[in-house]
Amino acid sequence: MSKKEWWIFLGFGLFIAVFPWLVQPVRAISHYIDVMVFAGIFTLVTLGLSMLMGYAGQISLAQAAFFGIGAYSSGILTGHFDMNPWAAMPVGACLAAFVAWMLGIPALRLKGHYLAMATMGFGVIVHIILNEEIEWTGGPSGMVDIPGLSIANWKITSEIAWYYLIWGIVFLGLLFCFHILHSRVGRALRAIHEEETAAEAMGVPTARYKVQVFVLGAVFASLAGSLYTHYVTFLNPGSFNLMWSVRFMLMVMVGGMQSLWGAVLGTILLTFIGNEWLQVFADFEILVYGAILLIVALFLPKGLISLVPLAIGSRNSRASAMKEGGS
Amino acid sequence: MDGFMLGTDLLQYTVSGLTIGVIYALVAIGYNIIYNVTEIINFAQGEFVMLGGLFAVFFVGTLHLPIFIAFFAAVFMTGIVGYAMERFVIRRTRDSSVLSLIIITIAVSILLQGSAMYVWGKDPYSLPAFSSGGPIMVGGAAIQPQALWVLGVSALVVVCLTVFFQRSVYGKAMLACADNPNAARMVGIPVRQMVLLSFVLSAAIGAAAGVIITPISLMQYDRGALLALKGFGAAVLGGLGNFFGALVAGALLGLAESFCAGYLSSGYKDAVALVLLLLALFFKPEGLFGSGEAAKLKKF
Repeated sequence: MSKKEWWIFLGFGLFIAVFPWLVQPVRAISHYIDVMVFAGIFTLVTLGLSMLMGYAGQISLAQAAFFGIGAYSSGILTGHFDMNPWAAMPVGACLAAFVAWMLGIPALRLKGHYLAMATMGFGVIVHIILNEEIEWTGGPSGMVDIPGLSIANWKITSEIAWYYLIWGIVFLGLLFCFHILHSRVGRALRAIHEEETAAEAMGVPTARYKVQVFVLGAVFASLAGSLYTHYVTFLNPGSFNLMWSVRFMLMVMVGGMQSLWGAVLGTILLTFIGNEWLQVFADFEILVYGAILLIVALFLPKGLISLVPLAIGSRNSRASAMKEGGS
Repeated sequence: MDGFMLGTDLLQYTVSGLTIGVIYALVAIGYNIIYNVTEIINFAQGEFVMLGGLFAVFFVGTLHLPIFIAFFAAVFMTGIVGYAMERFVIRRTRDSSVLSLIIITIAVSILLQGSAMYVWGKDPYSLPAFSSGGPIMVGGAAIQPQALWVLGVSALVVVCLTVFFQRSVYGKAMLACADNPNAARMVGIPVRQMVLLSFVLSAAIGAAAGVIITPISLMQYDRGALLALKGFGAAVLGGLGNFFGALVAGALLGLAESFCAGYLSSGYKDAVALVLLLLALFFKPEGLFGSGEAAKLKKF
């Protein structure tokens, strides 16, 4: 990672570290910690999606399904089989990886519209299964009393503890993603995004990399689903439908597709909008989401993060941004 | 006796399968029209069907218009929605990538869905059947007269469209735009207007499907997404761009769904068409009636 990226990393880490101490004393906003826990969980999903959309140039409308696979694997394994949550999590992740791989190999030969529809169809199928397998999933009424997480004998119950656990994992995820992007694979992904045919001609195994990123995104989403399950301790299929896949896509879009920081920014922003500020609209939030998605796609295709260098306004930052894009 | 019952059930499921199947075919045809002219897949296609049904509910229920006038009024109104979508959204996306076109049409579909919820709420609505009279008994199976209307209107739409695209100057001009927009522009075809026309036409056809199905299966604001997916399944299975293929594939999907609901599980009936969609995408993306050679030349 470049020096500048380390600075952003450090700055953002510092912000995350002190955030609870800033909001906790103010009663009106002390529940922002809870919102940030959700934002952290969703960020894990959108990091994977950002790699897929922004870098591999592929679309997935199945992220909510992978999120659901993780959530329900954890719920069923710990609820029905008394498995340790920490053991159930990787099982769910493996399942998601396997399913993504099965779906990805044929689907990623598809491009654009076909891939979007295939992942959308898959997402709806998963949602139907969650609704129908009542014996295992509780059907539309869902599952309750899912155990929480504990480390050794210490039960993680306080919001603060969850906050630091989740954001700690998000930072590990970020480091991992940055590491990949700066490796050979990352350069290959960028080449695929720019010009797939050319990349292929240069000997980049494009299909293999695309499947790998798709699987990676599914594993991230599945882990996020597991953490979500143990945090809220109940599940119902409503959180894993097509609208949620669209929401994850929106988070990536709003922040900025071509930057992992964009995904983080967009996710935090939209989680706050969804959990906090849109409550007044209640049912009509869907209308607001559609409007935001359309406006961003039409007028701000690179997302809010693309405004940051403009806001800072210094020629230096713009120049260095250009240099980085070119390197 | 058992054998007779089985036969009756089979006939019953076949009729209901075909009825819902031609609706998927009409959605698929909507995709095909826009695709043929622009190579865009319009994710809001299912919303046109939903809007058609709900507009008709408004004209019949609130304004007390006769159903046939309501039919044309609903088709007209949805056509205007299609017009607005092209004119104010799609037209701005001239140089967009496939990725952002997908996102934009998804955004429009969410907006339409949200608006429909705002106007009509979350309740399902029904319409009176087009003609009165009880079900017609054929070999022990009851056939709703409305099912005949569905089949008849769909057949009419397919025939008209085939004639339109193969015989009329406008139809041929639209196909030319799909083939090569620049060349079409050079021979004097107003490409922009053709694109606009394709959106209006596919919105109108989607709406017609919505109106004729509402007396049978009700309509509500969130029906669009699933209809869009199944319609896309029919479009792919039939070979993208192929009207006749869409009709056959739509009927196949409807039958598969109806048999699943009848003989296996009604809860999984929606999954059947989607599984078929995935299988078609994976193993035969050029469709049953499309050519593999031509599919390789497509942009995506």
